[in-house]
Amino acid sequence: MDRPAWATEDIDLDRPSIARVYDFFLGGSHNFAVDRAMAEQLLTLAPDVAEIMRANRAFLRRAVRFMVSEGITQFLDIGSGIPTVGNVHEVAQAADPDARVVYVDIDPVAYAHSRAMLDGNDNTAVVRADLREPDVILGSPEVARLLDLTKPVGLLIVSVLHFMDDSLDPRSAVARLRDAMPSGSFLAISHAVAQSRPGDVVERFGKMYQQTGAPAQARTHDEIAAFFGDFAPVEPGLVFLPLWRPDSPADTDARPEWSVSLAGVGQKP
Amino acid sequence: MVRIPGRSGAKTLNFDSTRVGPEIDAFAPRSGAAAFAHAWAAAIAGSSYVSMSTPEIESLLVKLSERLAHAIRGIEVDRGEAAEVGAELVRSDFADGRTLGQTLLVIGRRLAADVAPELPVEEAFERVSIVQGALAAEFTRSAWLRTLDQQEQIRAAYLHAREQAQEAMRVSEGRFRAVFNGAGIAIAIASVNGTILEINPMMGEMLGAPTEMLVGTNVMHLLDGEDADLWNALSAGIPEHVRFEKRYERPGAAPFWADITIELIRDQAGTPSYVVVMGRDITQRHLLAQRLQHEATHDPLTNLPNRTLFFDWLDTIFQDQSSDNRVGLCFLDLDGFKVVNDTLGHDIGDKLLTAVAASLQECVDRLGHRVARLGGDEFVVLVRDSGSVDQLTAVADRLLATLRHPLMVAGHRLSVSASIGIVERPVRATTMAELLRAADVTLYWAKTDGRGRWTVFDPDRNARQVARYALSSGLSDALARREFFLEYQPLVRLSDSALIGVEALARWRHPSHGRLAPDSFISLAEETGLIVPLGAWVLREACEQARRWQVENSGDAMYVSVNLAARQAHSPGIVDEVARILDETGLKPELLQLELTESAVMGTAEQTPVALRRLSDMGVRIAIDDFGTGYSNLAYLRHLPVHSLKLAGSFVEGLRTDHADPVDEQLVATLITMAHTLGLGVTAENVETAAQADRLRDLGCDVGQGYYYARPVAPGRIARLLDATAGGTLRLPSRRS
Repeated sequence: MDRPAWATEDIDLDRPSIARVYDFFLGGSHNFAVDRAMAEQLLTLAPDVAEIMRANRAFLRRAVRFMVSEGITQFLDIGSGIPTVGNVHEVAQAADPDARVVYVDIDPVAYAHSRAMLDGNDNTAVVRADLREPDVILGSPEVARLLDLTKPVGLLIVSVLHFMDDSLDPRSAVARLRDAMPSGSFLAISHAVAQSRPGDVVERFGKMYQQTGAPAQARTHDEIAAFFGDFAPVEPGLVFLPLWRPDSPADTDARPEWSVSLAGVGQKP
Repeated sequence: MVRIPGRSGAKTLNFDSTRVGPEIDAFAPRSGAAAFAHAWAAAIAGSSYVSMSTPEIESLLVKLSERLAHAIRGIEVDRGEAAEVGAELVRSDFADGRTLGQTLLVIGRRLAADVAPELPVEEAFERVSIVQGALAAEFTRSAWLRTLDQQEQIRAAYLHAREQAQEAMRVSEGRFRAVFNGAGIAIAIASVNGTILEINPMMGEMLGAPTEMLVGTNVMHLLDGEDADLWNALSAGIPEHVRFEKRYERPGAAPFWADITIELIRDQAGTPSYVVVMGRDITQRHLLAQRLQHEATHDPLTNLPNRTLFFDWLDTIFQDQSSDNRVGLCFLDLDGFKVVNDTLGHDIGDKLLTAVAASLQECVDRLGHRVARLGGDEFVVLVRDSGSVDQLTAVADRLLATLRHPLMVAGHRLSVSASIGIVERPVRATTMAELLRAADVTLYWAKTDGRGRWTVFDPDRNARQVARYALSSGLSDALARREFFLEYQPLVRLSDSALIGVEALARWRHPSHGRLAPDSFISLAEETGLIVPLGAWVLREACEQARRWQVENSGDAMYVSVNLAARQAHSPGIVDEVARILDETGLKPELLQLELTESAVMGTAEQTPVALRRLSDMGVRIAIDDFGTGYSNLAYLRHLPVHSLKLAGSFVEGLRTDHADPVDEQLVATLITMAHTLGLGVTAENVETAAQADRLRDLGCDVGQGYYYARPVAPGRIARLLDATAGGTLRLPSRRS
């Protein structure tokens, strides 16, 4: 006989996870058959989906390096997933061993994995929370321990916001986070842009991602730009992923829209 | 331009692409480890995701190229060094198979040429193959270990997360269990189809059954009697929440009341998944409310429904004005109950009331009606949807019959009787207030009609009473408002038809009823006591008028006869009052005649004869009005200071025609003879015909009064009559009626 489940949630391996699918496309093995099955579906829709993921990851790396170069030593990475390769703390601590990073993810497995991987690294911490709970994030002991919110922070919301449709009101959550940041802080965002590829590829990605439980929604350039609020855009502004401060001119592409995502960094005045 | 190959391999990386063309890489080293590293970097770019910029990748590959150079150029090929390069690639996240493929390719093509050009071709081929083999073997082993390691990590993470979740669930479940089992409210959890999945001890206790027995049964069991539609609607989600109070029977125990709430629980997708039934035993509250309700609506002494409840019943009946229903009431009041209270004490009185109430209740229950105690010794029986008055009188007969049985109260054998007022009407034709008033009035009639009986409401009787009441209420102000006036009826000497006097008769000019004769208000005035001031006014007015006639119209020989009511005659100040009026008006006492009824004259008041004597001594004439209708003590009459008798109209009636009733005629003759024997004059009233006048004259009657001579008229008419005769004898014209 069925009995009601009183716990708020279950760990469900029948459902793919955004974080583990991402890990798969970055060449990691932190994934299960269900994640790989979904990855296969994404590949049938767009054979270059791995490059999109990698371009996102590369943007994250370049954004962090840029922020480090601007003197940022503390980062808040929301929707951090499973840090397989090129984690924020690795990138940041390579430049400054004292750099501090707080990762935030709501996925229980991603959270557990991050905790295990970061065990022993005192300058990093993981918070299990949703972007929609900015006060839980900001009020967490991890943030209190590692981040000095009176000094500029590097706020990273990379490849996350397009997994929340407007019904979840990500705009308010991001605004709350922006407001909590001191002057001089940076915000990096990458976001799938609507109608950027023929055949409604972006929209069909969104539909596939619904298996993960995330209500995906691509947004327009202006809608994405609005997430920055009054943060001043850093050159070159909100552009397709490969065009944001490439490591070398050769890294750019003649048709950057293949990346289907816009990326940008803004700084709080 | 670099095209990153898709997984499908549709676009493989071309080593000889423009990326390494001379126009771009003009300054790239042409040979040596650096040149090899440069080509290698181009070959594996994008094959694996690494967190490095292109220059960083090149810098890594330069180091690895130097190690490859060292490996291939040793005396023996250094397999260990080659293997270490394979491991280092994987460590640097160049772990994809495509990276290995490109690496082997670029090694095969140009490692020997770039770093060991001196080797003969055969030797170079051999050594390159050994390097490739060692590198590939170690790369593959490292990548495999990396995969295993990562799989282990993610599995551990999953297990940990699940453990955390399960622990959270256990804690949550434990908390829930504690709440569920220890809750003071009864809870049952059911599936959407109604099967009870869980039930807490409180619910089991409330239902008086072990929880194990209830699990698996249908929740409708808890809602027995409730509409199945309610459940269906609820499990469909309309509404989400239902609350009601319900009475439950419990096997082998007292019934109880529960406050039940049913809530639909939905899952995250919004699909109805459970129904939670919560119940609270509110029996105590309910019993208290019931008791309070009972106390508020019942009489504490007899436990019969009280006035409040009775009015509630009536309210309910009168709310439905649409039907043709009728309603009947028996207002019942014990006769002489006060005597019981006064003689046997209130304690016995209360016990008697209780016994009466029980008898009435039993009787009324058998008839299927309702009884209430309105207060004191007053009860009411309500007959709903009555058929007719006959039904009510039958009920009243039963009630009276029931009460006729003597009751044993505290050792006393008490007989009680009751009076019952009955009213029965169509609901639509009346109002609650009208019905109650009618019942009340009728009960009063039953009392005045003689007790121990029922009386049915009579609209005519009521109308008369109402009119009388209206008159009596106007009467008290009428005198002050000068609504009374006097008319005068001539008194004629029969022997010669001379006008010898007038009788003053009071009239009331009623503001709404118009002119009223004395018979419609004198008895009222007597009842209310107003007769005393009214009589005084009449006396003074008549005396003043008589004096005016005397002075202005030569009415010296005409007396005025004024009625004196018994209460006036008996009032102690009457003699002084008459004297004062005569004095003030200047009327000679001889010209005033006072008419009293037999009963007023013969009355028990001892001072009356004294008063009459004094009046008589003053010179005032005394007449006995309506003589022959009362029980005069003729012997006593002889000693009274009476001057004349006025024969009652009924005696004169018999002389109306020429063929008079001989008995009546003989009676009148006898009365006249008797009066004359006593030295009294005789006046006949109601003389309406010539025959009457003739017979009365023949029989020796002295004075006549009646329509035959004149109706009562205004004083002006009398004045004109007097003026016309100018002091001579007035002879009123005889006329036939």
